[in-house]
Amino acid sequence: MSTQPAMINRYRWYELVSIYAGIFLFLTFILAPFIEGFLVSLKPLGLLFSSPYKFWPENGSFAAYRTMWISVPGFARYIFNSFFISIIVTAIVLVLVVPASYAFARFTFRGSGLLLGAFLAVNMFSGAVLLIPLFRLMRTFGVLNTYFAMIVPGVAFLIPSAIWLLRTYMMRIPRELDEAAFVDGASHFYTLRRVILPIAMPGITVVAITTFIGSYAQQFIFALTFNSKTEYMPLPVGLFAYFGRQEVIWNELMAASFVGITPAIIVIFFLQRYLVSGLTAGAVKQ
Amino acid sequence: MNVQRSTLIFAWMLLLPAVLYVVVIVAYPLLDTFILSFTDASLKKTTNWVGWVNYEKIFNTTFAEVIIRTFVWTFFSVAIKMIIGVFGACMLNAAVPGRALFRVLTMPPWIVPMAIGIFMWGWMYNGQFGMISGVLQNWGIIDGPIAFLAHGSTAFWATIITDVWIGVPLVTLYMLAAMQAVPQDLYEAAWTDGAGRFYRFRRITLPLLIPSLITMSMLSLIATFNSFDIIWILTQGGPNGETTTMIIDTYRTAIGSKKYGEGAARAVLICIFLSIFCLAYFRVTSRLSAGESNR
Repeated sequence: MSTQPAMINRYRWYELVSIYAGIFLFLTFILAPFIEGFLVSLKPLGLLFSSPYKFWPENGSFAAYRTMWISVPGFARYIFNSFFISIIVTAIVLVLVVPASYAFARFTFRGSGLLLGAFLAVNMFSGAVLLIPLFRLMRTFGVLNTYFAMIVPGVAFLIPSAIWLLRTYMMRIPRELDEAAFVDGASHFYTLRRVILPIAMPGITVVAITTFIGSYAQQFIFALTFNSKTEYMPLPVGLFAYFGRQEVIWNELMAASFVGITPAIIVIFFLQRYLVSGLTAGAVKQ
Repeated sequence: MNVQRSTLIFAWMLLLPAVLYVVVIVAYPLLDTFILSFTDASLKKTTNWVGWVNYEKIFNTTFAEVIIRTFVWTFFSVAIKMIIGVFGACMLNAAVPGRALFRVLTMPPWIVPMAIGIFMWGWMYNGQFGMISGVLQNWGIIDGPIAFLAHGSTAFWATIITDVWIGVPLVTLYMLAAMQAVPQDLYEAAWTDGAGRFYRFRRITLPLLIPSLITMSMLSLIATFNSFDIIWILTQGGPNGETTTMIIDTYRTAIGSKKYGEGAARAVLICIFLSIFCLAYFRVTSRLSAGESNR
């Protein structure tokens, strides 16, 4: 924060060295799969399946980034599907969560604490536990093998953390604002729409981003189980198309993975400030 | 009185859509699982009430082994996540140049689609061509190639490591936030009194971190217990069922073999364990926050 490092934060040289060594070790673990994955995407398939192992690609090229679109023609569609599903999920979550968070942040009534606890308890069940009845439910709704089979259950499991985050944010908005509006004769609904929503916009943005990322990252089990139509598959399931009958086209699989990762990486670099604050808002007691 | 009543109605109006959604998509399926677990539901047209048969079947099979394996798997995964996460948080908390960048670089495993990260690990574990076996051979640590996912014991640890890798960013950033919430004047007071860096960490940071540490381990426990994608993509529970956890076994029974009834009984058992964890979590966190306000 301060312009000059405080005396307390001065490190001796051996402390600096060990800190950087520790960071290096830590980040190696975190980033190794990405580095290896990227190098694999540069290697020709023949070279990949040769021993002894070579870390650096010899005569590496970006050819896989071109051929991946030919081997799996539907790939662009998978990325579109992933985006489409995540956007719709985020929109539905916001519509449900914004009013609910306001209610939890402002009004205490009998059972409100219990209700909030019940919402948070949803977080403990993964989709995998409820898969059988969800499958039956989706069949009853007649949405198996459509986008909705992935959207509808996806939304439910993203609601709890969204409510928790946004409620924390809204509790920080001074109550006096509501009261002033009320004294001026504004209705509850008007107050929410014209006073609270504009102020809560940064918080809503954070929730939208984390929900989108969560939805983009966690599309697997519902897509695997509730949808078998290729044209609706999101990226994580679509990538299985690179698993051929004989062998896996690893270099193209990795190239495709990197293309699929790009949106997430862009989000990290531009919005990481929001992400960290979003993540930690509910985490640390103020 | 009237005002209060309209407020109450308004609050419920705001809550109703979210409540209804969760009731239909989570609460009802939960109830349905419970009911199904007492039937022989399958692809057949007819479904019969069979009482406790599904539960008896569970304990006649190797399910006890699966339960124990799940707990061991979860325990090690959570423990390693916490150790690496706290280590990472300590490193990233140091006021050194470049730390903003290092923090960003921590996030990818958490943010990219899980399946993609898992594919990359799948390749790294490959015996003939993968990085881990290759590098270990180049360094002369192991003699021949090791296909980590082909042998029970290595596959068990391989799936744990991948689960740790996906969970570490969250633990790290959470613990980092907790560390930065420690009042700076405590450190300065100790520093003025001549306390060294390690002493300050042991006597100030660590004690103040314990509530966050407990909270995070319990959240991590619940998430890890539910872990599905990693094991399913890497090994599908194999080889010889050595990586079959309760979730994987449930999925196999219910979706693979279409034995909905038997699968539901397994799911109910998972729910019971999760509820115990969840209750413990609420107990502990409410006690922690009560302790905080008493201080």
